Amino acid sequence: MKFCYYPGCTLKTKAKELDIYARKSTEALGVELEELKDWQCCGAVYPMASDEIATKLSAVRALMAARDENCDLITLCSACHHVIKRVNADMAENADINLKVNNYLKNEIKYKGETKVVHYLEMLRDYVGFDNIKKAVKNPFTGKKIAAYYGCLLLRPSKVLHFDNPENPTIMEDFIKSISATPVIFPYRNECCGGYITLEDECSSKKKSKTVIDSALECGADCIITACPLCLYNLSKVAKDRIPVIYFTELLAEALGVKE
Amino acid sequence: MTTDNKTISERIKQISGVNTRKCMKCGKCTATCPSYDEMDIHPHQFVYMVENADIDALMKSKSIYKCLSCFACVERCPRDVEPAKLVEAVRLIKIRQQGQNHLKANQIPDKLDADLPQQAIVSAFRKYTK
Repeated sequence: MKFCYYPGCTLKTKAKELDIYARKSTEALGVELEELKDWQCCGAVYPMASDEIATKLSAVRALMAARDENCDLITLCSACHHVIKRVNADMAENADINLKVNNYLKNEIKYKGETKVVHYLEMLRDYVGFDNIKKAVKNPFTGKKIAAYYGCLLLRPSKVLHFDNPENPTIMEDFIKSISATPVIFPYRNECCGGYITLEDECSSKKKSKTVIDSALECGADCIITACPLCLYNLSKVAKDRIPVIYFTELLAEALGVKE
Repeated sequence: MTTDNKTISERIKQISGVNTRKCMKCGKCTATCPSYDEMDIHPHQFVYMVENADIDALMKSKSIYKCLSCFACVERCPRDVEPAKLVEAVRLIKIRQQGQNHLKANQIPDKLDADLPQQAIVSAFRKYTK
């Protein structure tokens, strides 16, 4: 299995663990991730206004590069996934945005939203299969109680993201079960950590993250996993040494025996 | 309702793509908003205030910087009104004006710490600055 891979800027700097363990794990699972050449920052937030074209271009360039390689595009950071998936939907469904973007980019072959955008977790579920991960596990996390924090960007809006049930998701719990740990379902797993407001008003993001952390602790979690660098930052700031917050790929790599 | 405000209201509806008349005022968007208690004008109020071209109050509201783009209101609206798109459109109308950027580059160094992800800076700039 071969995929194009879009790491995004944070995975090259502050969230290196998210990226490195993802690569080691796919290698162990027999999946080839080929990093896109010359990818650019996706912009981190999806531009909602219909008259914003320039802010969508970097996502379109990544999508086009994957199309030209004839591969599905794997994303990992929740924000990158959200932006690229939604811009792709615009290119497929919004004739006005499609026309303006293609006019600007002047491509030989116009882009029409052909690339399939697949989050790393979706790749584990739909291409590798959680039963096959279970078979490949060398260090099972038996007895470990893990809370999956989904946050916002992977799930919503569900009519575009099609990631999982937006109010009662199971994909990360199924992942947790595949490494023989016990998933802890907690009420605030799909509520916001505060996101970028940490720069504008730190008290605000701390308050929201505290609700998430307290909720996971109350439900008996030993550890929280996430796919988003900003969620990890906000949650860790509040969790301190009460509970570790780590990337799901780190657990996967450890379970597969490839974490060094 | 001034002519100017009516034009701005139409512009907000146009770039957000929101049909404000679909709202049935159930208040679910406001109830589910994680920033509800920090907002002076709440998501459901954005809908009827844009409809009524009550623009001055919206442009002055701190709520346009409190939205987290978490899409809870978008997902949970039973009428598919998507209030977050209105909040974004109002903020854009405001910060696209000369000198109205909410976050300036020279404010960033003081906000940096060793763990702050690039994603946070890029997101905040995209949201608060044009």
